[in-house]
Amino acid sequence: MKPISKRMEAIPASGIRKFFDLILSTPDVISLGVGEPDFVTPWHIREAGISALEHGHTSYTSNWGLIELRELISASLRCDCGVDYDPHGQILVTSGVSEALDIALRVLVDPGDEVIVIEPSYVSYKPCVRFAEGVSVVVPTKSSNEFKPVVDDIRKRITDKTKVLILSYPNNPTGAVLTRKELEEIADLVNEYDLYVISDEIYSKLTYNGEHTCFSSLNGMKERTILLNGFSKAYAMTGWRIGYAAGSREVIEAMMKVHQYTMLCAPIQSQLAACEALRNGDKSCREMVEEYNRRRRLMVAGLEEAGLECFNPRGAFYAFPSIKSSGLSSTEFAERLLEEKKVAVVPGNVFGACGEGFVRCSYAVSIKDLVEALERIKEFMEELDG
Amino acid sequence: MTLEVDVLEVLEKDARMPVDEIAKMVGVTAEEVENLIRRLEEEGVIQKYKTIIDWEKVGREYVYALIEISINLTEDEGYDGVAKRIAEYPEVRSVRLVSGTYDLLVVVREKTLKDVAYFVADKIATIRGVRQTVTHFSLKMYKEEGEILYQRDEGGRLAVSL
Repeated sequence: MKPISKRMEAIPASGIRKFFDLILSTPDVISLGVGEPDFVTPWHIREAGISALEHGHTSYTSNWGLIELRELISASLRCDCGVDYDPHGQILVTSGVSEALDIALRVLVDPGDEVIVIEPSYVSYKPCVRFAEGVSVVVPTKSSNEFKPVVDDIRKRITDKTKVLILSYPNNPTGAVLTRKELEEIADLVNEYDLYVISDEIYSKLTYNGEHTCFSSLNGMKERTILLNGFSKAYAMTGWRIGYAAGSREVIEAMMKVHQYTMLCAPIQSQLAACEALRNGDKSCREMVEEYNRRRRLMVAGLEEAGLECFNPRGAFYAFPSIKSSGLSSTEFAERLLEEKKVAVVPGNVFGACGEGFVRCSYAVSIKDLVEALERIKEFMEELDG
Repeated sequence: MTLEVDVLEVLEKDARMPVDEIAKMVGVTAEEVENLIRRLEEEGVIQKYKTIIDWEKVGREYVYALIEISINLTEDEGYDGVAKRIAEYPEVRSVRLVSGTYDLLVVVREKTLKDVAYFVADKIATIRGVRQTVTHFSLKMYKEEGEILYQRDEGGRLAVSL
């Protein structure tokens, strides 16, 4: 048999799989390892999905997505971010941000082009760059700088081949958020070196201190940015697989070509449910965000009490504490915490080499579980000391 | 959101949440939360801490009835007079003045169906001003005080994802 493609061979098998299988097979685990909301999609949105089925909406839609949904997305971007996107040609509805990320890279990257990824980062970026036959160039960040990239660190890694910079704030796994001023400094760099930016803003609604700044709203950035967002986190709709990309006509038109030959369209029921989320979901979204915010404070205070120094996350639903005081590596910490206390966290090195020495703890869990998990982490740390 | 509202929202969901935890959640000291709660109690903002109980699970059967009451207004007594008379009975769980085809909606809890029937006939119908009553016996309770009372099967989120 001939081997599978070399491209795939270059993608390392995920080392975390075994640990994840262990979590999934351990009974009664309290898991802080979850990357999705613990809320069920608000009922009014679920009802819109049910109604879509009842009314026989079971067909394809336009490859672009329902015009009704694109118009609502356009209005929400204008209202929330202050950026104008034409629903005809500048917005593409996708099956989640994951798809949008993949096709954006495929559209922008030629073989050998370099894509800058700021780590610790979500795990899909580097493999997707590879699928597009690009080369990832990593910019590490530090806890002492609140996991924000230093502009000169980015500049140092820019070459003739650099084409795209991927930004994702609020950040998974660190919870970092950049201020408008910090984003503007990056925007200047993007202008200077004529780069594209893929801005994954899926956690935008989950910003706790102050307003979210949409990267494409910055001066001159709309044409350079492919803005990715969706419904999974803000409206607890992960399983619906619905998101979108917004950008210049040229890029979105090209993304549409990939999308129409691969995905065709996002599921129509999900599109109709997303319409309901945009029309009437503000209240449910706000309530969930308020609840996350309380858990966030509880999480950070609890981790600090357990002796784990923790950068105060300002967005998303993750805390990314340093585990240096434990004397263990990220993987050892996570494995022993699971084995000894039945609490699951994700080792920070999964998100890049500079994530070593940290673990990702999700606070998208009930207060009851969160309190119990923090108590167990504290016990774990005390037993390590003793 | 003010600190006051933040703390009240936490307590509305779980009245037994320890002060220490609330303090962490809202980002102030435990002492501040304690003082705030004491003030809210004194001012009557926090009326009482009670428990939602599924009495059926310990074998105690209650009969609940919703009673629609229509009132003849007289010169010397408005709705308030009748409503307050009804509210004083311990069997009565709630009393509301409502818009629509009747005036008061009253929820009564008793041990037996007969108890409710006698209560309505003897105590409610005889109040001066009560013109008519319509009694609905409650057959099954699905949600009380914002809490779902039935078992639900809500998805199977994986214990870990990135």
